[in-house]
Amino acid sequence: MAEQVLIRQGAEARVYKTTMPDGRVAVAKQRFSKSYRHPDLDAKLTRGRLNQEARSLKRCKEHGICVPEVIRVDKSSATLFIEFIHGPTLKEWIVANGNPDQENELMATVGRILHQMHSFDVIHGDLTTSNMILDSSNQLVLIDFGLSQISSSAEDKAVDLYVLERAFISTHPNSERLFATVLEAYSVSEAARLILRRLEDVRQRGRKRDMSG
Amino acid sequence: MDTKAPRTVVALGLEGSANKLGIGIVKHVYPSGISSDGELSPEYIELANVRDTYNPPAGEGFLPRDVAAHHRSTIITLVRQAFEEAKIGPQDLDCICYTKGPGMGAPLQSVALVARTLSQIWDVPLVGVNHCVGHIEMGRAITGAQNPVVLYVSGGNTQVIAYSQQTYRIFGETLDIAIGNCLDRFARVLMLPNDPSPGYNIEQYAKRGSKFIELPYTVKGMDVSFSGILSFIEKLAKTEPDKYSPEDLCYSLQENMFAMLVEITERAMAHIGATEVLVVGGVGCNVRLQEMMGQMAQERGGKVFATDMRYCIDNGIMIAQAGALAFARDFTTSIEDSWITQRFRTDQVHVEWRV
Repeated sequence: MAEQVLIRQGAEARVYKTTMPDGRVAVAKQRFSKSYRHPDLDAKLTRGRLNQEARSLKRCKEHGICVPEVIRVDKSSATLFIEFIHGPTLKEWIVANGNPDQENELMATVGRILHQMHSFDVIHGDLTTSNMILDSSNQLVLIDFGLSQISSSAEDKAVDLYVLERAFISTHPNSERLFATVLEAYSVSEAARLILRRLEDVRQRGRKRDMSG
Repeated sequence: MDTKAPRTVVALGLEGSANKLGIGIVKHVYPSGISSDGELSPEYIELANVRDTYNPPAGEGFLPRDVAAHHRSTIITLVRQAFEEAKIGPQDLDCICYTKGPGMGAPLQSVALVARTLSQIWDVPLVGVNHCVGHIEMGRAITGAQNPVVLYVSGGNTQVIAYSQQTYRIFGETLDIAIGNCLDRFARVLMLPNDPSPGYNIEQYAKRGSKFIELPYTVKGMDVSFSGILSFIEKLAKTEPDKYSPEDLCYSLQENMFAMLVEITERAMAHIGATEVLVVGGVGCNVRLQEMMGQMAQERGGKVFATDMRYCIDNGIMIAQAGALAFARDFTTSIEDSWITQRFRTDQVHVEWRV
């Protein structure tokens, strides 16, 4: 077995940088079981997310959306081997960058990519600025599809955008402008406009919630 | 302000945003005065914490006008009881704190009216308090948790919160109904009694359950959704009562929904690098939830903090606690501004007493 270097200890997976037998540098994402949850539920989630992540990555790849290539799925150790993407996360890039024009340009790219992904019914499920990487050729790569699903529903797509909006608000000071640019670039089809109207409903549901449930 | 002289703040707190009416009195002691900047962490002395709960019959939820009628008819007795317990009089108060929101309109209004009246009779300033911030400040005061990720779970709210730059920021929350609302409504389906609370009775049933029934599991980023689970399990309970016992249903419902909560809490902890977690709100008394949260925290090398029924269920002293801190930073609410609001988000409060 090649040497593995732990690069991130997430909430439910350990992420290692490793070298495959053919010499390729790869990321090994190993899901671990959680003792707090019922064994049946734990097995269902670990297995389900491992498979779904691989499935969604492949689907994105097939449709030309930039994601890491799936190298191997090892069910026995609940490990997903994917291509290693070198570069800063979008969050790191935004924090380091001060140029509003470049920022706007990149936000528009985010919007276009998400529109493309949704048009192929891939729901990411955990969109944040930490789950996007700018690779060495300045290409935006989506990662972390562990909570993803395949769905054609406008509601699911709207919630996907809502999750990203919330991540922007809690992470970036000038989130309003940034996210507005994302949505503007997203809104390039009739279907997209329908999803944005749905997003308004999802937002209202959040804000109008009160004690009477 | 003289920061060297010892100072105390005595606050009366009135809470009635849902079916509990709570009156509390707290005394904060600042041995070397209140500094004009820096974090306020006064010595906390509980003088009184009394409560009266309105319970509708089994199978029914509480209606705002009935709850308001309960609060109106009980509040004077309860305020008197609090003063007797505290062994102080109105002349000893520095401020009167009341829940401005969020909550049910009519009950909030009935309590705010009393707060306003007492403020004018006794000539004591008013402090309007956000209910959720009250829960958080109470949890911090009781447990001593320093800078935890907060899971706020009750009949009306489900939020994962972390403090940053004088704001309690909401990292994750429910996309539809609150977890307590889901538990309450399922208790009604099973016709469990509302006394002492529907959630408590679900917890007792769950302890006797053993068969895990698979239910929808809906986590989206750091948000969760419960309405689909509720309709699913309601259907199971109604259509196949012979196949699924109420005990197993309660057990599975808790295991499933609590796992969702622990998962989003852990994700928030990983996101900001926190090791402490504080559970507040009525559902926070659930021992199974505390246990699961504890296991997760331990695996991360951290710790869970929780309080018992006196403090995690809605109470008056938590309103006094948060109000007294704001008051120490010179915050008061004028009579003109002493309205209430059903919608008042946790992140709308400027937390001036922290740095």
